[in-house]
Amino acid sequence: MQHVDVREMPFEPWQYLADWQAQQLPENARSGATAVFVGTMRDFNEGDDVTGMYLEHYPGMTERQLATLVAEASQRWSLDAALVVHRVGEILPTQPIVLVAVWSAHRAAAFEACRHLMETLKHTAPFWKRETLSNGTVRWVDRNTLG
Amino acid sequence: MPIKVLFFASLRERIGQSQRLLETDTPLTLQEVWQRSSGETHLPDNVLMSVNQTYVDANSLVQPGDEVAFFPPVTGG
Repeated sequence: MQHVDVREMPFEPWQYLADWQAQQLPENARSGATAVFVGTMRDFNEGDDVTGMYLEHYPGMTERQLATLVAEASQRWSLDAALVVHRVGEILPTQPIVLVAVWSAHRAAAFEACRHLMETLKHTAPFWKRETLSNGTVRWVDRNTLG
Repeated sequence: MPIKVLFFASLRERIGQSQRLLETDTPLTLQEVWQRSSGETHLPDNVLMSVNQTYVDANSLVQPGDEVAFFPPVTGG
């Protein structure tokens, strides 16, 4: 079971996770391990106070690229299920940006696959952040922070 | 069939357009697509490229009817 959701509306990751698990994984007795990552917008970047962000993406390619990453990870680590939810549009500090969750038989595969999915997403999924600073400056984020 | 060219994020703002149609009956190199659509001669090393929504390298050929996108390094998550 694999699911990718690129959405403009805010979401509550733990509720999303609970709902999806209840609806899509009613009998996941195979899965001894669940690993979850939630990325949230912080109110600073590179030493500056950040008050808001706009997240642009490439409609179509984004969903396609995320589905490819999920399919590759699912095969490499024999995952039972994988879920990626990602915000686009206007985002405010403390709002969740991304949710990655994977289910597998054992913890090593779950930890490794979750981290791999998050890192490959950050480096290959076509999203671009444009942030607004507290002094009104608007700038594009031109690189990812180190893990 | 024209080649559809898309620009995203900071690259779109630098080039000054989000989309362009290139009329052609023959395949073009990505270098030619870049020059004809952006008006810039040199394709910067840090620009990423996709054809029909799949990543490609700068040596790829583009067919009439293809959708090409140029964009800066990605910053999601």
